[in-house]
Amino acid sequence: MDITLTIIGQSVAFFVFWWFCSKYVWPLFMDIMEERRQKIADGLEAATRAGKDLELAQAKSTDQLKVAKVEAAGIIDLANKRGSQIVDEAKDKAKEEAKRIVAGAQADIEQEVNRAKEVLRTQVSAIAIAGAEKILEGSINQAANEEMLNKLASEL
Amino acid sequence: MAELADAAHAAAEHGAEGQTVQEYITHHLSYLTYGKFPDGHWGLAHTPDEAVSMGFMAIHVDTMGWSLFIGASFLLFFRYIGLRATSDVPGGMQNFVESIFEFVESQVNAGFNYKNPHVAPLALTVFVWIILMNMMDLVPVDWLPEIAMAVGGLWGLEHMSFKVVPTTDPNITMGMSISVFFLILYYSVKNKGLGGFLKELAFHPFGKWMLPFNLIIEIPTLFAKPVSLGLRLFGNLYAGELLFLLISGLLGAYQLPAHFVWAVFHLLVIPLQAFVFMMLTIVYLNAAHEPAHGDH
Repeated sequence: MDITLTIIGQSVAFFVFWWFCSKYVWPLFMDIMEERRQKIADGLEAATRAGKDLELAQAKSTDQLKVAKVEAAGIIDLANKRGSQIVDEAKDKAKEEAKRIVAGAQADIEQEVNRAKEVLRTQVSAIAIAGAEKILEGSINQAANEEMLNKLASEL
Repeated sequence: MAELADAAHAAAEHGAEGQTVQEYITHHLSYLTYGKFPDGHWGLAHTPDEAVSMGFMAIHVDTMGWSLFIGASFLLFFRYIGLRATSDVPGGMQNFVESIFEFVESQVNAGFNYKNPHVAPLALTVFVWIILMNMMDLVPVDWLPEIAMAVGGLWGLEHMSFKVVPTTDPNITMGMSISVFFLILYYSVKNKGLGGFLKELAFHPFGKWMLPFNLIIEIPTLFAKPVSLGLRLFGNLYAGELLFLLISGLLGAYQLPAHFVWAVFHLLVIPLQAFVFMMLTIVYLNAAHEPAHGDH
């Protein structure tokens, strides 16, 4: 065992290397590893959050689907009601129209009948007068008998 | 046994170019030493005897150089990787370095219970540095010394020694363990106060009436820490290196299978010793951070 200055040299080297490592090497890796740890933690947290978000979104979409279904059923109901209502209204209108047309036709018919009656009356009275003229042959004053004939005609 | 000895003898004669096995091993266990000769001038020792004559005033150029080279390379390499590192998915090299960081960090978290941001870098430095120095043991024992002798030959140093495993030099291992010892003293005094630290030595484990016994127990315990820390590492690696040298020196060209077997075994020793050194450093520093004991 020959102890020489080497032992002091090695001691100096020991402290210098320690200083270098602790100042220029160790922090580099510690920082990077800490950074990575942070990144991984953030990533995991984000993943958990995303999972929760997904769950929430799924629940929301299910809810919305339910609401939509209910709404759709309501709308269909309403449409059906409205449809039958429109049909009913149309039916009513058609009935009324038919009544109106029938009434119009009846009035027309009545009018025609009346007119025919009128014509008939005048013609009958004319025939009656002509007949009576033939029978009486001028003895009858046309003006004096006019009133009587009109009365007759109106009674017909 | 006799056959083996014959083979060894033959191999030693052929393989090691006239050196005896003992000379071969001694040569591999000596240092390339630069120091102060007894006559006062500085220079490279040409023989082991010259190196011994220099005494303390000498530097082991080979182990010191490798130690510095390895430590600086790994730190610069780590810094290079760290500067290009990304917090996204890491690439191969970054992944490798990060796994070392995480390993060291987990050991520090497990063994060190106080707040000191400098302990983890210390553990990392010690662990990687020692593991790499130990790994020099796996380079076949003659490669680097042969290259060194070839290069040294250009300056008339064709027989120079060149030891490539820094942790087989007690100066290197003790240099580190004594540094750890100073750190223990520094942090003990800093955290417990000088009084608290001395109290721990004097009034433990038996209370103040047994003070002499306490000192007899505690002071050797304190000094045993750096000595055992340094010598454990040195002893393990020195023994490993010595066995590689024996295999190489005795078996010559037939060394490959034995070398392989011992190298595989040594693969366990290399990280284990680095790990032990790091762990003990952490544990010692943890003890140095413990608050002073209350009333004694």
